[in-house]
Amino acid sequence: MAYIEPLFPFIEMSVIILALVLIAAFLVWVERRMIGIWQDRLGPNRVGPGGVLQSVADLLKILGKDEFTPKFSDRFTFVLAPFIGAITVLMSFAVIPFSQSIGVSDLNIGLLFFLAMTSLAVYGVVLAGWSSRNKYALLGGMRAAAQTISYEVFMGLSMMGVVLLAGSFSLRDIVEAQQHGWFISSQWLGCLVFLVAGIAESHRLPFDLPEAETELTAGFHTEYSGLKFALFFLGEYLGVTLISAMTVILFFGGYLPPGFLADTLFAELPGIVWFIIKVLFFILFFILLRTSLPRPRFDQLLAFGWKVMLPLSLVNLLGTAILRLTGVLGGGNV
Amino acid sequence: MNIDWVFYFAALVAFIASIKVVTSANAIHALLYLVVSLLAVAFCFYLLGAPFAAGLEVIVYAGAILVLFVFAVMMFDLQGDNQPVLFQQSWLATWFGPLILTLTLAMLLAYILVTGATDSHIEVGVVSAKQVGIALYGPYLLAVEIASFLLLAGLLAGYHFAKSTSEGEHR
Repeated sequence: MAYIEPLFPFIEMSVIILALVLIAAFLVWVERRMIGIWQDRLGPNRVGPGGVLQSVADLLKILGKDEFTPKFSDRFTFVLAPFIGAITVLMSFAVIPFSQSIGVSDLNIGLLFFLAMTSLAVYGVVLAGWSSRNKYALLGGMRAAAQTISYEVFMGLSMMGVVLLAGSFSLRDIVEAQQHGWFISSQWLGCLVFLVAGIAESHRLPFDLPEAETELTAGFHTEYSGLKFALFFLGEYLGVTLISAMTVILFFGGYLPPGFLADTLFAELPGIVWFIIKVLFFILFFILLRTSLPRPRFDQLLAFGWKVMLPLSLVNLLGTAILRLTGVLGGGNV
Repeated sequence: MNIDWVFYFAALVAFIASIKVVTSANAIHALLYLVVSLLAVAFCFYLLGAPFAAGLEVIVYAGAILVLFVFAVMMFDLQGDNQPVLFQQSWLATWFGPLILTLTLAMLLAYILVTGATDSHIEVGVVSAKQVGIALYGPYLLAVEIASFLLLAGLLAGYHFAKSTSEGEHR
């Protein structure tokens, strides 16, 4: 036993990474099937019971494709870009507390680590766009850069209200600070801004302008195929999972059961179950948003960000700070 | 592995990457090396017990300012004249340098995450975000104000350049 014990963190890490990749693959099917049901059609329902194995079939198809690198591309950055996209998102999960005991690392700057990784993730998209030497891809990459930098600003600001209340950057401390009430009760404005910024950061519809197929064919990943395309795909679905997980941790009590169930049998459920239920709820919410909202124009997107979301997040931060200083809102040790 | 060695490894990565920044012929590759260099410096900060500074280094420098650099280089296609030379390089020559540097960094990060060796930092104690804030708005208040003036001036200049002229056309 003594020989195996130092390996435990590695085993935990490997299991978490494997689970995340499987969840991302599974989400592809969940998304297509749910959209199908909401739009009153069937969706993929042929492979396996109810179509569950659709992702396996897709994966086999993708792996069977030609691994194509265009002659005119910048080879080094072309190959590097999808890895940056997938790895930065996977790295962010290192600071996520999945339950009371599960979680790779409890960094004291967990929230900053998450922000740092999301801001590095943009390199994947930008470099993919640039190295493809393709006008559609370049335009997609540029849109991604502008969009991500803009929305990152108030994504950070919207989370600072929570930091004020919890008095810590550590995600586990933030969850523990919500023992007596989730932060959504006072931080609903911050949560709204965070959700919008989160969708923009993971460039999902309605904010998927970097890959708007009506005008840019496939945007930054136009030239990608096979495994490299699969990595972008993986990054996108992991991104959705990550933003959902962060919303749950920051505003909806993380792995804690809801307060009104505190004395019932439900409170006995392990933290990881609550965490998964809440995260799944937000993932479904993202999918529902995708099916129901149209895509804005790019200038509308940026104007909305700077003229509406930034002031809102500043107001939220100011209001929270005042309420916190006057003692209306309690919180952790400050 | 001693924590000192981790620090010197990271410093070495920063050093080599910085040299590659000025010797790279390709502008985007140079910028990528700069990113690696900044990440390595952030790592050094972290090991020296300043996690807050390390986080901000990555978010602000590597994550925002250099994205703008890359953006500008992409936009104006600042490739120089050496483009064809790049494609004659062998597979190994393009991959070797960046791969070694980033792999070293990744190994260091994995080591820190696994062992949680952050508590045994080199000399000074861990500087928390709160202490940084108190220092900034205490003894260094004047510097903060001057920096904010500078930013305001930059903001005004940016507004002035982007403003439409009276004829309604962009300058």
